Amino acid sequence: MPTSHTRNVIEVEGLTYTVDGRTILADLAIAVSKAEIVGVVGASGSGKSTLIKCLAALTSADAGSILINGRQIVGMPERKLKEVRSEVGFVFQYSALFDSMTVFENIALAPMRRLSYTRTQAMELVREKLQLVQLDGVQDYYPGQLSGGMAKRVGLARALALEPAILFYDEPTSGLDPPTARSIDELIVDMRRQLGVTSVVVSHDVPALARIADRIALLDGGKIAVMAPPQEFVRSDHPVVRQFVSADNFGIADAEKHSTDGT
Amino acid sequence: MAQRGDILEKTAQELVQVAALPTRYASQQLMEFLETLGEAVYLLIHSFRCMFSRSHVWVDAVTQMGILGVNSLALVMITVAFSGMVLSLYSSQLLVKWGVGSFVGGGLALSIVREIAPVLTAVVVAARAGSAISSEIGTMKVTEQIDALRSLSIDPVEFLVTPRVIASVAVFPMLTVFANWTGMLGGYLVAVLQGVAGGAFKESVQRMLMGYDISMGLVKAAIFGLVVALVCCQQGLRTHGGATGVGRSTTNAVVISIVAIYILNFFLAYIMFGRSMG
Repeated sequence: MPTSHTRNVIEVEGLTYTVDGRTILADLAIAVSKAEIVGVVGASGSGKSTLIKCLAALTSADAGSILINGRQIVGMPERKLKEVRSEVGFVFQYSALFDSMTVFENIALAPMRRLSYTRTQAMELVREKLQLVQLDGVQDYYPGQLSGGMAKRVGLARALALEPAILFYDEPTSGLDPPTARSIDELIVDMRRQLGVTSVVVSHDVPALARIADRIALLDGGKIAVMAPPQEFVRSDHPVVRQFVSADNFGIADAEKHSTDGT
Repeated sequence: MAQRGDILEKTAQELVQVAALPTRYASQQLMEFLETLGEAVYLLIHSFRCMFSRSHVWVDAVTQMGILGVNSLALVMITVAFSGMVLSLYSSQLLVKWGVGSFVGGGLALSIVREIAPVLTAVVVAARAGSAISSEIGTMKVTEQIDALRSLSIDPVEFLVTPRVIASVAVFPMLTVFANWTGMLGGYLVAVLQGVAGGAFKESVQRMLMGYDISMGLVKAAIFGLVVALVCCQQGLRTHGGATGVGRSTTNAVVISIVAIYILNFFLAYIMFGRSMG
């Protein structure tokens, strides 16, 4: 994992987001360096998805500052936000593939519409992106014909189509079996290694994040309560971190206990 | 005594609250109506801009025309044909009895071309294709597909709304042309069965039906198409709350479209044919 983080590609200060009078994010600050993988954990409803949607310019923040590659996106007009969005990719929790389109059409949509790719160029690009996510021969499939893991990979290939510098992953392994989840985690690291992309990964899976992330942030009470490298993070005495870590330990301890009882 | 006073005061407060309910409900409905109107106007302006910004909008519009037109054609033809037949049945019986059976054709043609065909076409397509538009966009909204479009720097209005608006404005008048023919044909058959002479029917149509009536009927259909597309897209885009939300927005889309068609129809009829009626 790279540790030399030269400059921040994401810089957030005082980020506030409220919905129906309920404060989701309150005066939040976070910075992410180039090619870094940052994991974000937090209880359900703590605002993890809202945070990355604000960072990806999909949700408008109420106040604060969000710099993406040095450009302020809070209060930016929609026309200019489109340019920012083409520099970031988003992998959705349930893939959000367009169900009326084939895998090819899903991936080729943005290049053909935004960058005026011809069909031949798009076919080459789709093949390349599918290879990158280790999928082949699924170009003509519809999303309904894909397994959960395949859909996530296609979602990632689609997010990579515009060659973004930053990738946001919203619970990329939720609903997947452990081997498939692990292969998706490996893909996240691969993307950084092969393409040098910066990644922000929202997840509940602390052990998985500990394997792939350079730093892990805990979102609690609308703020980043703890942000540290994985080894430090799991030792944090913050009660929510303790809950997450002890829940995972319980799983291991429980399994070991069963195994001991069995012998 | 004090307890009785408290009960009276509490009852009075509840009565005031109950009395305020209709006002609150009305103001809520008004706010919702204004919100819907505002969003529909925004979609109209934004769609209009998109029409000239990218050529693929027109390619998508042709695809949508196929979906809208082909799926609704049979339904429109059957509905208007039978409406023309019923109208012809009543008017033939009455006018033949009064000895003015030669007016059946003209009266029927005017009713169909000015009112029945454009209005029924709009209502049928709103129910058939409008609900499909709203539920498709609504499902895309709740499954984050709209966010996915935005994350790919694709404007959802340009991608989803503009082609449907263009297609509806083009297809509604086309369907109305078919509706005019089938309505008149159905009416003609019933009129002949009721004792109206075929020649007199045709001659009456030629005498009373003007090009202005036909073209205004088609203009009405195009306006209805615009309204149905905007309402259904707007309701789809504001969907929230999963499958229940999709159901709710689909129902709202159809109800608002049909009510809007009937209200607009009066004003359009007044503007287009008000003078000739007076």
